[in-house]
Amino acid sequence: MEDSRLKMENGSYPEGRELQRFVDRRQLTGQIWKTVFLGATAIGIIALMALLYNVINESFGYVAWQNTVEPAALLREHYGDASAPATLEEAPRADKVAMLKANISKGRARALAETKALEERTDAELVQLLTDEVVKPRIAATWTLVESIFDKPAIEEAALQIPNSTLEFRNWVNRSFIASPQSSKPEYAGVRTAIIGSLWVTFIAFLFSVPLGVGAAIYLEEYGGSSRAAQIIETNINNLAGVPSIIYGMLGLAVFVRAFEALTSGRIFGVVDPTTANGRTVLSAGLTLGLLILPLIIINAREAIRAVPNSLREAGYGLGATKWQTIRAHVLPNAIPGIMTGVILAVSRALGETAPLVVIGASTFIVIDPNSPFSKFTTLPIQIYQWTSRPQPEFQHLAAAAIVVLLVLLLAMNATAILLRNKYRRSY
Amino acid sequence: MQGEITKPLITTQTAEGEIDLRAKKRPGEMIVQGFLFFCGAVSILTTVGIVFVLFEEALVFFRDPAVSLVEFFTKTMWQPKIGAFGIFPLLLATLLTSIIGMMVALPLGVAIAIYLSEYATPRNRSILKPVLEILAGVPTVVYGFFALSFVTPILRDAIGKDTVDLFNMASAGLVIGILILPLVASMSEDALSAVPRSLREAAYGLGATRLETALKIVVPAALSGLGAAFIVAISRAVGETMVVAIAAGSGPRNFASWGDAFKNLALFNPFKSGETMTGHIVRISGGDLSYNSIDYTSIFAIALMLFVITLTLNIISQQIVRRYRMRY
Repeated sequence: MEDSRLKMENGSYPEGRELQRFVDRRQLTGQIWKTVFLGATAIGIIALMALLYNVINESFGYVAWQNTVEPAALLREHYGDASAPATLEEAPRADKVAMLKANISKGRARALAETKALEERTDAELVQLLTDEVVKPRIAATWTLVESIFDKPAIEEAALQIPNSTLEFRNWVNRSFIASPQSSKPEYAGVRTAIIGSLWVTFIAFLFSVPLGVGAAIYLEEYGGSSRAAQIIETNINNLAGVPSIIYGMLGLAVFVRAFEALTSGRIFGVVDPTTANGRTVLSAGLTLGLLILPLIIINAREAIRAVPNSLREAGYGLGATKWQTIRAHVLPNAIPGIMTGVILAVSRALGETAPLVVIGASTFIVIDPNSPFSKFTTLPIQIYQWTSRPQPEFQHLAAAAIVVLLVLLLAMNATAILLRNKYRRSY
Repeated sequence: MQGEITKPLITTQTAEGEIDLRAKKRPGEMIVQGFLFFCGAVSILTTVGIVFVLFEEALVFFRDPAVSLVEFFTKTMWQPKIGAFGIFPLLLATLLTSIIGMMVALPLGVAIAIYLSEYATPRNRSILKPVLEILAGVPTVVYGFFALSFVTPILRDAIGKDTVDLFNMASAGLVIGILILPLVASMSEDALSAVPRSLREAAYGLGATRLETALKIVVPAALSGLGAAFIVAISRAVGETMVVAIAAGSGPRNFASWGDAFKNLALFNPFKSGETMTGHIVRISGGDLSYNSIDYTSIFAIALMLFVITLTLNIISQQIVRRYRMRY
């Protein structure tokens, strides 16, 4: 770049071939840098690809199942060597009950009998019980998708080293993963509680922040003008948008969880739930996230309202409508698609937020679905965080599967936003 | 207001009688306006709430006999169990991860912005911008997973398992860079696009190449916007939580003394683990936290520090835009 200025030689600028070389050199520099800029853009795309690849790679792949107690050994033990049936299913009912009783602790047997006497259970139920309580299949080893596709022989060899194991191609994002609650056993763990928790929390954040956010936007655009109050609010909102999300968590912890505990745990509404953990509830989380996305909603809603042409307002006034009538009947209906787009983007931000919820103390392990604003809760991102933090490879696969679920939810929301934007886009 | 004095002017005589033309008092309108003002005021309440809560709890922390304000800023060890409360190790980790992140995001982000605003055809732009938007919309916890399960193994394979810890700041920093890349790119692109076409046309007319126009005309003209973008990005990197909580390690990188810290420049080693301010807050508050413990008040002191840093950065960025913005 230094020599992009033409140098004078002997009092005159070079001409002809020399000039051509000079121009060529500059063109070449331009080409090289263009490639550099393009390369940077490519790196951005590669980063996104690597992120997706990483998640997909961990979400599918071979697993080696291993039984804690082999069914064959169980049968041999019960029948002696001679007349054992081939599978657990084929054993007579009485024998199934006997096998079950012989292999579980007395306390466990009592607990099971309390729900339903063992003798009264059907064959299928007994087989299920034997599998869950005695055979206890567990995942002994896991592989990633890429390993599973390109390195199958090595996997089969490795599986041979694990006694009595069977290989199975596992889709970690399966139906039972979505429908099961959390479990300490990675084979059975699911995200139902977390999904429901996430929906509750974002729903409350939505209810709280949308009216306030849209109201504030209307005030700033239609009423505030350039008044001092409006200017202060505007500066304030810009600053709030830059506050790290974890600080909102601290606010939520001190205000919603601690100071307003009576409200957020539902005590003043007469909710006496021994499981609610001192205000660390869906309501606290929803309000915290509501405050977090409020600046986002306001900024987006303002833009939508600003895009409504002034002629519409003038027409309203001209017909004798009051200010609020004009806003309600003309400005808002025209701004709604834009506002909705902003709201969806803000809510999807809330859906993916983790840090503030960890700070206000989301439960890390619950198996009961939250069923009211005063329930304990966990959310998908928190579940992902928990699983990611555990060293065992099975939990990494669970984390990846939960990420797939979260990304699909987010994608669905964003697609809706884009569709809304395209469908209702107007030009004036 | 003049109505009382010049009454005849604002009534009119019709067949039905006299009609008052003065504006009616409309209580409904006033209520609506009051409510809308309240909505706007909630954001002020939020700020007041944040400031109040952070100061209140931080005050309790600094009043504790085990804590001294001087030591908070000068000690090189953060270990609540033995009463050592020096913010330095946490601040250091925050700085390290943010600097690594910025080293990734700045050059890449500006290069992408230049490509998008000066080189890309409308078609390319319409493909690339959504990609950036997707990157920006991915939750940070996913980036944390990406750092730990993708970037860290690559670093450990490339540089050596002895040099690179399983939890290390380099991996967290790199991924923070990727995370703020869309922010830098889109803010920079906005700044570049705001430079009027006439400047570019003039440069082309004088025979400048595309590159010369971009680097010597457009970038200087957009410098204030670019500066604002960088500072917002730093603020975002400093406040980033989940990536460092997952990938950078759990436990501050403590030093017995300043001499110890600077020996072999151990404090700058990015391949060892460390705990940032945000990471520490998450780890402490993730456990069972009693309201009366020093752990509880200490994280508010850290959060106050974090809030002051990010707020300062954001205000500087706004000032840059306000003061140096060129108007065309």
